[in-house]
Amino acid sequence: MVPLGGNRGEKLSTFKLAVVQYGILFMMLGLAAGLWRLQVLDVDNYRQLAQENRIRKEPILAPRGKLFDRDNRLVVDNYPSVTCFLVREQSRHVDADLPLIAKGLDLDFEQLRATLYRYRHEPGYQPIPIKQDVTADEQAFIAAHRNELPELETIDEERRLYPRDGFASHLIGYVGEVSEEDLNNPRFAYYQPGDVVGKAGVEETYDELLRGQDGSREVVVDSHGREAGFLGIEHAIPGQDLRLTIDNDLQQAAELALGDREGAIVAMDPRNGEILAMVSHPSFDPNDFAVKINRTEWNRLVTDPEHPLMNKAIQAQLAPGSTFKILMAVAGLQEGIAQNMHIVCSGGWGPYGYYHHCDEKHGAVDIHNAIPYSCDTFFYMLGDKLGIDRIAKYAKEFGYGQKTGIDLPGEQPGLMPSQQWVIRNFHHRWYPDETLDVSIGQGAVEATPLQLARIIGGIASDGHLVRPHVVFPDQLPEDFRKSLLDSFPGSGDAYVPIDPDTWQTVTDGMADVTEPGLYHTAGSAHLEGIDFAGKTGTAQQMSHAALEKTNKGRSTNPNVWFVGVTPRRNPELVVVVLWQHGEFSYYAARIAAKVVTAYVDKKRREAGNLPPQKAAAPVEVGAIWSAPPVPDAKSAEAGQGQIQGGHFFVENGQMMAAKKAPAQASYQPANRLARLPGVHPSSRPDEISAAPPERRPRLKSQPRKDP
Amino acid sequence: MPLRRFLSFRDFDWWLLLLVLMLCTVSVVEVHSATLHTRFSSFGTRQIFWVAAGVVGMFAFAKIDYHRVIDWAPWAYGAGLLALVAVLSPLGHKALGGRRWIRLGPVLVQPSEYVKLVLVLMVARYFANLGGRNVTWKEIFKAFALVGLPMLLVLKQPDLGTTLTYMPILVAGLFLGGLNLRQGLILLLCGAVLAGGVWSSGRFLKPYQKARLTSFVNPQNDPRGAGYQVLQSEIAVGSGGIWGKGSEKGTQTQGYFLPIPYTDFIFAALSEEHGFIGAIFVLLLYFLILMRLIQNAQTASDLPGSLIIMGIVAVLTFQIAVNVGMVIGLMPVTGIPLPLLSYGGSSVLFTFLALGVAMNVRMRRFVN
Repeated sequence: MVPLGGNRGEKLSTFKLAVVQYGILFMMLGLAAGLWRLQVLDVDNYRQLAQENRIRKEPILAPRGKLFDRDNRLVVDNYPSVTCFLVREQSRHVDADLPLIAKGLDLDFEQLRATLYRYRHEPGYQPIPIKQDVTADEQAFIAAHRNELPELETIDEERRLYPRDGFASHLIGYVGEVSEEDLNNPRFAYYQPGDVVGKAGVEETYDELLRGQDGSREVVVDSHGREAGFLGIEHAIPGQDLRLTIDNDLQQAAELALGDREGAIVAMDPRNGEILAMVSHPSFDPNDFAVKINRTEWNRLVTDPEHPLMNKAIQAQLAPGSTFKILMAVAGLQEGIAQNMHIVCSGGWGPYGYYHHCDEKHGAVDIHNAIPYSCDTFFYMLGDKLGIDRIAKYAKEFGYGQKTGIDLPGEQPGLMPSQQWVIRNFHHRWYPDETLDVSIGQGAVEATPLQLARIIGGIASDGHLVRPHVVFPDQLPEDFRKSLLDSFPGSGDAYVPIDPDTWQTVTDGMADVTEPGLYHTAGSAHLEGIDFAGKTGTAQQMSHAALEKTNKGRSTNPNVWFVGVTPRRNPELVVVVLWQHGEFSYYAARIAAKVVTAYVDKKRREAGNLPPQKAAAPVEVGAIWSAPPVPDAKSAEAGQGQIQGGHFFVENGQMMAAKKAPAQASYQPANRLARLPGVHPSSRPDEISAAPPERRPRLKSQPRKDP
Repeated sequence: MPLRRFLSFRDFDWWLLLLVLMLCTVSVVEVHSATLHTRFSSFGTRQIFWVAAGVVGMFAFAKIDYHRVIDWAPWAYGAGLLALVAVLSPLGHKALGGRRWIRLGPVLVQPSEYVKLVLVLMVARYFANLGGRNVTWKEIFKAFALVGLPMLLVLKQPDLGTTLTYMPILVAGLFLGGLNLRQGLILLLCGAVLAGGVWSSGRFLKPYQKARLTSFVNPQNDPRGAGYQVLQSEIAVGSGGIWGKGSEKGTQTQGYFLPIPYTDFIFAALSEEHGFIGAIFVLLLYFLILMRLIQNAQTASDLPGSLIIMGIVAVLTFQIAVNVGMVIGLMPVTGIPLPLLSYGGSSVLFTFLALGVAMNVRMRRFVN
């Protein structure tokens, strides 16, 4: 043991002890002064506050703003729902009660414990949301156990109802409970734990407008906190409804056109940047997020190799393949080089030792057929003449390698390589051979589908590039709109002058792509009577050998692209289709053709000038029906006589006159019906022909708002 | 000074015991009142048992020579650290959002409370061995390490409040144990810079923790969030007025508005029901107890005895200042109980055991 003897007899300094004593005295006086201030000077104020404290404010949650499509059709709605909260302060046996709560509310016990654990740092009076969408049975359980489980409370609120099957889910986004990390983020400074916030898509970008402002009810409570009277209500201010630029019909057409393929479609109006449709597949059901998402579903979504949560339309950065040749052609023509190039394609070109292949041996090629042929040899040579710096200059001008500034979170900028880029990142000089890869949209070039839509749409619009957006800006408050532009920076609206000749040559070349013809890459996507132009693209991500190593069991097919515009010059619509691991680029072109057809059909329907369809052969339809008994029926089986049968011609959604008797014999079902007692085939045919009203296509006279 | 070879309870500090028991009576009455219509209504009775057990423990500790207690201190320190580690392990019992307890049979023990006493002894031992001369920087850093290790473990639980109560032990040890003015100023400056750094770096304190720490300045800014407890507490205290609303008649206390009125906010409950008079009476009791302890430290026969008592004084003073300060809105909400007044077995037992050691120091003042 340490000897202590040496210190015996030593004393603390009296001075220091006096300091301590005076310190304590002053502390006590300070506390007494604080008490004096509260209890003597301000007593009336606090007495009043104590009186008012019997009034409790209960929050009324504001419903989120709804989302509508451009024709004011509802896309995202709310529905009333009950949420169950747990208030730890109201019970001492919360941990012991958990199994009963988990059972009564049909919750996973471990998950419930984990939820409570997440809130361990919050004060005990903080309500912890434990179950959303409480059913009537579970509400009954809570009510019945009011005394045993005083910690449970419920609150009525409005929850999100999203379209089913992931319709436009990436564009709309989803809402969820604000996470612990988010609370530390200054952007979420105004949120409380447990608040619901937009987590992706429009829900995230426009959260501030959509969320509204919670209101409150003032109730008088007794000494046990139970409600004893009602004083007043401050209504919640619902969130602002927003009108999206998407067109439900076109969105639907695009989703159907893409089907089960992995990829994305963007349809945009290149005149103003309004996104008419945005599809990313595979998708997810945002309704799974509106209620607390269960863990297995979440794990499935985040571990799926096809990235369902990723909005491929704005986040997939992939080599644009031959769609890049449009930009190459513009650059070549603007520089006065491409006009004078008349080459012979013998299946490839390799001036630097490595032979670069072309898909075909195209023979004589100039700028006019280089685009429809998608002749690699032509663009290798053009690229070699232009040099990487000039290519990069044009690419940057038109927006490659930069975000477009769309009002959706998480947009990726893509990549446009240049000499400086290579030196900075790889510390070697640019090899002229690399320019050849870049010239056909391979190599290091990366673009998102949205970027391509803006760029190709802009080139077809004589160099007028637009900032894409999904919400009409005229409905936004001025300061919100300003901060939106700041928080989503990008290349935005821009004008890059193009020579009229260039414009005409390139757009005509694009129109030829979908024109049937030898070597035309998307001749099978030709649309009769629609000026549909575009460009195909096929892009390998890496060599087949590397793909087989990394993509175990997955397709090694290249990504295929199609960028389409209609009409070819000053287009109203630009469609970009990306099919990952697709096979041939003209498949992508056919998908785009479906979207374009849907768009044009709708426009024509609205204008009332659908092209005269070839008179389709009337469809023969058999039917049985019942009618009230005819008063003057002489038949003995008058009761059974109510059932009647016959068959009709249906054409263009309209009921035509029923077929006359002679054809009956050939119609088997009618003959079968004839054997039923009391049924006379084709009885009273005249009545039927008059019955169905003439159906005409619904005319939409909604004026379009183009801000 | 007459030399004696035996102890006598004639030298026991009966005045101190009387003051302490008066405080305990106030505590039992107020805990009873604050838990009257709740499911915790048995807490008043339980508090009586805790006080009784504490008095027994105090007499037991008063019999043990504090020099031997000091000799044991390193072992107790080691055991305390082990217990703190055990609390963090799956052995620990979780409740109210922290791992702070170990289950020993039917009762939950909060090791961090006992480590408080052990630290008082260790710090006293450490500085007594230095003999009251001026300390070197190396010795100062050793003292920091001695206290810092358990502080880190308790902070991990997480229990910011108890962690903070370890600080005054160190401060008192340094101040009384031979820190000179220059060293003191440098340490103060370092502490200020460090605190500022921690505050502004944003890495150590989460926004909600900051909000809780600052909301006492202006609780009206956030009446539903972090400021809620402070506001409710101020309303309770303020509405008590001079004479109070009477026992069991406090609307804030009885109406569940005051958060946990039987532990951390018991002073608010007391102030509401017994007014300015009652609150000042309790503060006066505390003042007399502290002064009496300091007097005992002065008359102690040697340096370790004085330092033990002063360590206890430091802890008690700090807890009183922070808790009462929190209740009346002068200090942030940190969850530090009011010694002897708040309900809680570990806290009451710690205080009585510490007083037992202090009693022994007093009883041995003439024994040599």
